[in-house]
Parts: sequence; structure tokens; C-alpha cells
Amino acid sequence: MIEKVGKSTLALSEGPTIQSYAAVGGKKEQEGPLGREFDFTDTDTTFGEKTWEKAESAIQKKAVTLALEKAKLDKKEVEYIFAGDLLNQCIASSFGLREFGIPLVGLYGACSTMAESLSLASIFIESGCAARCAAVASSHFCTAERQYRLPLAYGGQRTPTAQWTATGGGCVVVQKGGAGPRVRHITFGKIVDLGITDANNMGAAMAPAAADTLKNYFEDTGTTPGDYDLIATGDLGQVGSELLYELLGMDKIHLQPRHKDCGLLLFDRQTQDVHAGASGCGCSATVLCAHILRQMAAGKLRDILFMATGALLSPTSSAQGESIPGIAHLVHITAE
Amino acid sequence: MHISDMEYDKMVKKYSPNSPIFKNCLGAFFIGGAICTLGQGLINLYSYLGASKLDAATLTSVTLVFLSALLTGLGLYDDIAKVAGAGTLVPITGFANAVVSPALEFKAEGYVLGLGAKLFVISGPVIVYGACAAVLYGAIVFVMGLV
Amino acid sequence: MDYLKAFIVGGIICVIGQILIDKTKLTPARILVGYVVAGVVLGALGLYQPLVDFAGAGASVPLSGFGNLLAKGTLQAVQKDGLLGALTGPLTAGAAGITAAVLFGLLVALIFKPKDKS
Repeated sequence: MIEKVGKSTLALSEGPTIQSYAAVGGKKEQEGPLGREFDFTDTDTTFGEKTWEKAESAIQKKAVTLALEKAKLDKKEVEYIFAGDLLNQCIASSFGLREFGIPLVGLYGACSTMAESLSLASIFIESGCAARCAAVASSHFCTAERQYRLPLAYGGQRTPTAQWTATGGGCVVVQKGGAGPRVRHITFGKIVDLGITDANNMGAAMAPAAADTLKNYFEDTGTTPGDYDLIATGDLGQVGSELLYELLGMDKIHLQPRHKDCGLLLFDRQTQDVHAGASGCGCSATVLCAHILRQMAAGKLRDILFMATGALLSPTSSAQGESIPGIAHLVHITAE
Repeated sequence: MHISDMEYDKMVKKYSPNSPIFKNCLGAFFIGGAICTLGQGLINLYSYLGASKLDAATLTSVTLVFLSALLTGLGLYDDIAKVAGAGTLVPITGFANAVVSPALEFKAEGYVLGLGAKLFVISGPVIVYGACAAVLYGAIVFVMGLV
Repeated sequence: MDYLKAFIVGGIICVIGQILIDKTKLTPARILVGYVVAGVVLGALGLYQPLVDFAGAGASVPLSGFGNLLAKGTLQAVQKDGLLGALTGPLTAGAAGITAAVLFGLLVALIFKPKDKS
């Protein structure tokens, strides 16, 4: 049963089970600290395809295929799939998933997509609309660069606040009942925009939305950061994480001891040239599927908050001088 | 969490590291200077081979544009630019890189509306504003009877 | 000696661009436009040519030198053809650089494959 608690949190009393998950990554992801935890990585970031967009579609396809294989599921056993990416008209999802023949709910939440897709899939299960759903998100450094920034071969310098779009994707299969971690609460965030216009400082644009969603969740559930083993944010990077601590500190919420940012886990900022950290839908999706859920399965984590953060800008809005609206969605997951 | 845009902007500035401007300027100076020195070498070479002063300068531009295009195609120009910054942007090689890189990148969208149309996507404004400024100059010179 | 002059003057012109990028957050495309227009204006005022005479490639290779070239070509065309020269001059002067970039752009795009960044 789903019950609204407080202002914006949904409590899932039974709690859908995370049955299976898989993470797919590229070369830089393989070389990063989590490289060995991925289910599949390819040092050829074209994934054998002719264009970068096809490569990203291949990532989604691979992630779903692997997640199904790991649970020995046939694609017919998945009733709905919730998927999104960063590309115009979400083509990585539509082309990557078209061969599965599973009803698709296409989503756009920028880099918050993994939490958005997992939330909606969980609500579908808990409300009895379906017995098994999949949630997917992906990004690719090259598709993001050519859509949002400059051609890859163009000689430009990245600023220290810039983040590196992850090449990768994750798929989570949720079902009714069974063994595995359970989704307990969901908080959808509202758009928060404090006027940041620098598209090379996404962490700063998203931190206020992240702070707002977290604060709402703690208020709605009457919990504190200390109640959780891990509070993972999506891709705030170094700058955004510092800002999040300071913003929440204003409300006497001390996040830092329990907080980790997926954007700072995926790459090693000392040895990999990624400046403020990783970003993209694929960042939180792969860290969730390659690392966090594995840690839960190994019994190292029991009670976690996964909150993916998104910067809802487009090349058009940036060119027209608009500021960057941020959003953050939160999912509370507990080991069985 | 009550914070105005201006207060937040201050907070963001506090946590956002500045670009390492001194290091960047060193890179720009040495690599930009080296590209110009190479240009001087080419001017001297072409002059030595008997080209007029104007032709030597033109041939030098063409040679530098060619080298930049080749390095862009090999995926090396952007690696140098990471260190050089404006040192690879400001010389004519930067203009060539701005033409070649989108042409290469957008080939995937076809030869006409991809490669052909996107070729000028970064460098087009340089021609638009450069040419129009020069036209304005020519018109002023004519109207004022300076010739 | 002309190599040293080219190196130092060319280096300084690039450093000015670097400071503009780091301090003003101007995008590279705007820097390029700024340099060419500045070159046209300085060329028109007769201020850029002395620098080219002094530093050679150090002043002619940066894009401001390209702007200066446009201004110089325009002046010569106006002297020769009158007002029509204002229209034919600029791109005639810049023709070699622009056409070379277009030609090599096409060839490189045909021959090479786009690569990922590391």
C-alpha cells in the first residue's frame, strides 16, 4: 500500500523488492575505482557501433539484457520498463529498448532519471499495476558533449568546476515480493533554481534542489542523516557536495558523515582528468547498480538513501541566458 | 533553507575553485609563442624559396591551417589545447580547429546537413563579424574621402 | 632574432586571450570573434601593421593578424575600386585562410573518424 507521509514523501508499506540489477560502463569507468564492480565494461566507447548515439543505445540494451540474465528472467516477464537519458527526444532509450517488446514509459529527468525511473517502477509494483518492472538510465560522454557543448575534437579547456559525463548505464529490476533489498520511501523533488547560469558548474546548480528534497524527506519521515548507513547523491561533484553541506547546515542537518556523492565515487579525481567529478544519468545509475546494491547484497550497507540530482537545462535555454533549474528525487532502500 | 540568489551566488564562489590562471597563462604563452615561431620559420622558408612577402605570409597561413586540420583529425589538437588554452585558440590554427572539428563530428548526420552545414557552426561568426567590420571600415574610408 | 620576437609577441597575444577566458568566462567562439574584430579595428587605425612589421608571424599568425589582413585588403580594394571595394576587399584578403580551412575541413572529415576524449 502507498501512503503519503508529510509534504511530499510516499511510504511503500510492503516495499517492492530489487530482484536484479546490472551496470555497464566505458573505458574511463573501467579504469576508475569501481571498475571491477561493473557487470560489463568496454574499452571501446563506441561499443562496436557507428555513432555515439547508437553506442549509448547499446549500453541501455546491454544493461537490461544483463539484469534479466542475472535473474534468469525472460523479457516477457517484465511488464513495464521506465527509462530515460539525456539526449533530445530520449533516443538512447527508445532505440536501445525497441527490440525488447516491453511497454515503455519514457522519462526525462536529466541526471535524476535513475531515481525517477526506479521510483515510478516501485510505485507501479506497490500499487498493484504490475508484478515486475525495470528501471533504466544511461549517458555517454560523447553524445552529451556533442549535444550540450562542443565537438570532441575541438580544443577547449575545461574549468575546475566542470564535470565529466559518465559513459554507462544501469538497469534495476523490481518485483512484488521475493528476496532482495526493498524500496521503502520515495520523495519526488520540486524544481529549485537559485539563478546559476554557468553550465560548467552543474553541481552548484543542483545542490539547492538536493538540499530541498533531503530536508523534506527528513521532515516527512522524522528521521535524521544518522539513521542511515549511506546517503548517496547523484552527481553533485566536489563543488555541489560542499554546497549541499552548507545549505543543509543552515537547517542544522549534518549530512557529511553519512554522505557520498556518486560523482566522486565513479572516478578518481587525482589520476583521472575529470575536474569536479562525474555527471550524467549514467553516473548515479552505474554507481547504484555496480556499487551500492552490491554492497547491500554483501551486507555492508543496510539502510540507504539514493538521491539522483538533475540539471534541467537545454542547449537552447543556456544560449538564451536562462538559469539552470535543478531537481532531485530520493529513494529509500533497506536490505531485507 | 531560506537563501536569496545573491547569497547563494556568494556561497558558490566560495566553493568553486578558480581556473589556475598562472599555469594556464604559461601554457598559452609557450605553446602560442611556439606556434607563432613555427609561423616565422615558415615565412622565412617560403621567402628563401623565392615567394614574395605577401605570398610567403599566405602560404604560411595555409600550412598552419593544414597542420592544425591534420592534428584535429588525429585527435591530438584537443590534447594540446588542454594545456595550451588560448595558446592553441588564438593563432590561425585555432580557427582551423574550429572549422575541422564540427565537420568531423557531424559527419554522422550526413555530408550536406551534417558535415557541410555544421562546418561553420563555431567559426562562422568569425567570418561574419570580421568581414562586416572590414566592410564598415571600407565604407567609412570611402565616405570620408580618405583615399 | 625575428624568431624570438615572434615567440614573445605571439605568446603575449595568446596570454591576453587566456586571461579573458579565465577571468570573464567568455566562450572560445566569442574570443575568436573578439580577436578578429579587434584586428580589423586596430588595422583600420593603422596600429596593427607596425606590430606585424616588428614581430612578423608573432602578430600575423594570431587571429588579430587575420583581422588586420581583412582591413588591409579592404583599404587596398577601396583605393582601387571605390565603394565596391568595401564589399570585395574583406573576403578576398581572407580567401586563402578561409578556403584552406574549408578544404582541409572537408578532407579531414572524410578521411578520419571522430574519437573519444581521454
